[in-house]
Amino acid sequence: MQVNDNNFQPVIVAFCCNWCSYAGADLSGTNRLNYPTNVKIIRVPCSCRVNPMFILRAFQKGADGVIICGCHPGDCHYTSGNYYTRRRITLLYSMLDFLGIERNRTRLEWVSAAEGAKFAATMQQFTEDVRKLGPNRRLEDLRCRKQ
Amino acid sequence: MQETMIKRAKELLADGTVSRVIGWKKGEFAYDTTPAVFETAEELDRDFAFDDFTAANVSKYLVKESRKEGKILAFLKPCDTYSFNQLIKEHRVIRENVYIIGIPGGPKLDAEKIKAKGITGILGIKNENYTLKIETLYGTETMPFYEAICGKCESCKSKKHVIYDELIGEDGDILDSNRFDTVEKLENMTAQERFDFWREQLSKCIRCNACRNVCPACTCEKCVFDNPKSGIENKAASDSFEENLFHIIRAFHVAGRCTDCGECSRVCPQNIPLHLLNRKFIKDINELYGEYQAGADTVSRSPITDYTPDDCEPSVVHERGVE
Repeated sequence: MQVNDNNFQPVIVAFCCNWCSYAGADLSGTNRLNYPTNVKIIRVPCSCRVNPMFILRAFQKGADGVIICGCHPGDCHYTSGNYYTRRRITLLYSMLDFLGIERNRTRLEWVSAAEGAKFAATMQQFTEDVRKLGPNRRLEDLRCRKQ
Repeated sequence: MQETMIKRAKELLADGTVSRVIGWKKGEFAYDTTPAVFETAEELDRDFAFDDFTAANVSKYLVKESRKEGKILAFLKPCDTYSFNQLIKEHRVIRENVYIIGIPGGPKLDAEKIKAKGITGILGIKNENYTLKIETLYGTETMPFYEAICGKCESCKSKKHVIYDELIGEDGDILDSNRFDTVEKLENMTAQERFDFWREQLSKCIRCNACRNVCPACTCEKCVFDNPKSGIENKAASDSFEENLFHIIRAFHVAGRCTDCGECSRVCPQNIPLHLLNRKFIKDINELYGEYQAGADTVSRSPITDYTPDDCEPSVVHERGVE
């Protein structure tokens, strides 16, 4: 991957919940909607499964942005998982912000299984935001950098 | 105070209410009074100390001590009682096996601040009307008491004991100590300034794990940082990422449970202001989910294990303050 300012292709890690967002991603695919190939989807049983460590680990291994997608509040397959996600991730993002990590590198978005278009639009927007920020330098592990 | 405490401890040992006492004993130097367990009246007479350097929180020792045979007497300062309450809530201590005597809190002194004044070879320290008379190898030095107090005592949140079986001395009040001032100051910096501040602070970290080991909220039998497969168990912080990750996760794991006792910063050999990370979480919780003081009671749910259907979205943290 060429890393320079003109042609920077960010690596985006998207944690998608199995029941809504992953199906939403699937729907955007079957609808032939385009979203950037920068997005690497990791399927999780519930957005609540996303341990703060996963997010930091993604940054460690070279991600430039991390987005978490889950069912809309109230629609969680496990009743309340995404409510916990919301609190947890709010606090974590606030902490990352406090440590001076750029705000637009992290996002949480609710995408239902019927929102294929929203999934594609969200990913396009997020990729664009991260592209503007440039490579992740503040939270990267030099040992993991690929030359 | 020390005599009253020893006398009461001896009484309770003699009548069989308790079989052990946890308090503090004099260390090698005048300023390193450390937590210790005493089993006999003779040991108490010989070693027990309660002075201006007993800042250590003994609550965490009770996780193990309360599981041993017989009851233990614990002397808890107000800030320690919050930690103890939190441990009860988490079922980490057995309340029935601990007899708590509430003792007055600080301000306690920080020997590092005395040494920072260039005072070395300390033999003894006396507090006379809030002026410290410091006996050293090179003569007597003086300095104002309040210039040497512990960081955690500078922003004391409470002089009130939240749990005790009996009290020695008077119970105090919950204080308004503006403890979020520094956090606010940082929040008002730009992201680059914040990043530079934390880079400077966290890069001092030597990964000694003292902050984790002393924390009364960090009581897991197996810690995520000890997992050799985690890729972050390295003893030396080899990379800036590792320092960041360690401190973010350490603070996150105690978010909502941290009573803000300030032990992490006190024990840090590199003087990293770690309590600011915890306070940031406390401040966020207070602002976003309502005022919450961990350890103030033993029944309420920690905000991070609770929710309401109309909590704010994470985007609020991105919209406020300075980018």
